[in-house]
Amino acid sequence: MSDTAASSVERIVVVGASAGGFSALQTIFSQLGSEFNFPILVCKHLGIGDEKGLVNVLAKRTGTTVLLSQDKLPMHNGCIYLAPGNYHLQVESRNTLSLSIDDRVCHSRPAIDVLFESAADAFGENVTAIVLTGANSDGAAGVRAVKEAGGKVVVQSPGSAEVKAMPKAAIKTGCADAILDLAGIADYLKQQ
Amino acid sequence: MTETYQDLELQLLLEAVKTRYGYEFTHYARASMMRRIRKHMRAAKTDRISDLIPLFIHDETAFAHFVKDMSVTVTEMFRDPDFFQALRKNIIPLLKTFPFIKIWHAGCATGQEAYSMAILLDEENLLDRCQIYATDFNENSLKIARSGIYPDSELSLYEGNYSKSGGYSSLEKYCSRGYDSIKFNGRLLEHITFANHNLVSDGVFGEMNLVLCRNVLIYFNSELQDRVLKLLIDSLRSRGILCLGRRENIQFSQSSEQLETIDRHQRIFRKKV
Repeated sequence: MSDTAASSVERIVVVGASAGGFSALQTIFSQLGSEFNFPILVCKHLGIGDEKGLVNVLAKRTGTTVLLSQDKLPMHNGCIYLAPGNYHLQVESRNTLSLSIDDRVCHSRPAIDVLFESAADAFGENVTAIVLTGANSDGAAGVRAVKEAGGKVVVQSPGSAEVKAMPKAAIKTGCADAILDLAGIADYLKQQ
Repeated sequence: MTETYQDLELQLLLEAVKTRYGYEFTHYARASMMRRIRKHMRAAKTDRISDLIPLFIHDETAFAHFVKDMSVTVTEMFRDPDFFQALRKNIIPLLKTFPFIKIWHAGCATGQEAYSMAILLDEENLLDRCQIYATDFNENSLKIARSGIYPDSELSLYEGNYSKSGGYSSLEKYCSRGYDSIKFNGRLLEHITFANHNLVSDGVFGEMNLVLCRNVLIYFNSELQDRVLKLLIDSLRSRGILCLGRRENIQFSQSSEQLETIDRHQRIFRKKV
């Protein structure tokens, strides 16, 4: 985990969630377990101090390393990285994460668009972006960027989402490659 | 393929900016910089990064906007109240042992945190013994900082932060209100010097007791982070205090051995003897 040179990250998965996301993330990651060999970056809209609970829950559900992201943290396959409250999480390079306190996007910091756009920039076609339940349109601009770079876009089916607005906004971009319920998303990730 | 060209275009743009205006953005962290560049590409309706080169070279106003965008101005009074509380509880008692206290706030943006610091020091009966040097490379931000005038609409957020940070009374004691604005008392400003300083190209500030540089290093790449962290440490007197942002790291930097951790959560460090 501390060895920066050894990591060879070929592709990443970025996940965006807002209202209702805590339970959606738990469901997906319970089913996924530790069966993945790429970094997963999660941007869930949350307040400062709410992070610890989510880190602990995801670690418990997956049995893998879950880290609250810090600036210039090296990325490793098989680990989950969570955006901290009040910072945007970005993919800085093929090996490193970075943070910023730039203006809120869609009233949010961390913002899903910021994560997705930086992921598209650093990984091009080797990005899978997943948009889950939420009440705003954060992530829509992000999936466009991912799609334009040649990556894959998966959206939670609005019918299965606790709050439908965010998946609907993502689907409306016309960029979704798959629209799945939570179990379907977990399966999709297993096959990656 | 396109990615390679993008790197080349970025490099050429930054070189052009450096040659034409003397601003050095070469070692800025890439992801944040790309967001800003994209914003300018959208505004200029261009498809390529290199299209910004003629724009920035020939249009000083367009470039001034870019500089403004490259400096982050997100700040507020008593931002991260927990941090100010830790400062009040654990660092102020250390500062009280000195007859005169010099504080450098590097990357102060529009100055709210410098005023916050002055208020905190006043409440601890330290202000008269303190000089705060608050610096930024964005002249526009410094102008706002020197005026001490902020929108009235922010006051409730500021009051909330102040109270959570352990403030003793009310911020209104320190400001006057009118024209939908608040203006901080001149007495606070007497102890603050707002000055232009670029962490990338300018030098050390001498013998500081306390240096705050919160959420500035995150905008630099690792190489520049190292260099600036060294500059911050060199600006501290022996056993001086350095405060970074909540999710910033020194663990990947060579200079980290010169520091010991005082508060891991709030990222407060002390320069070793």
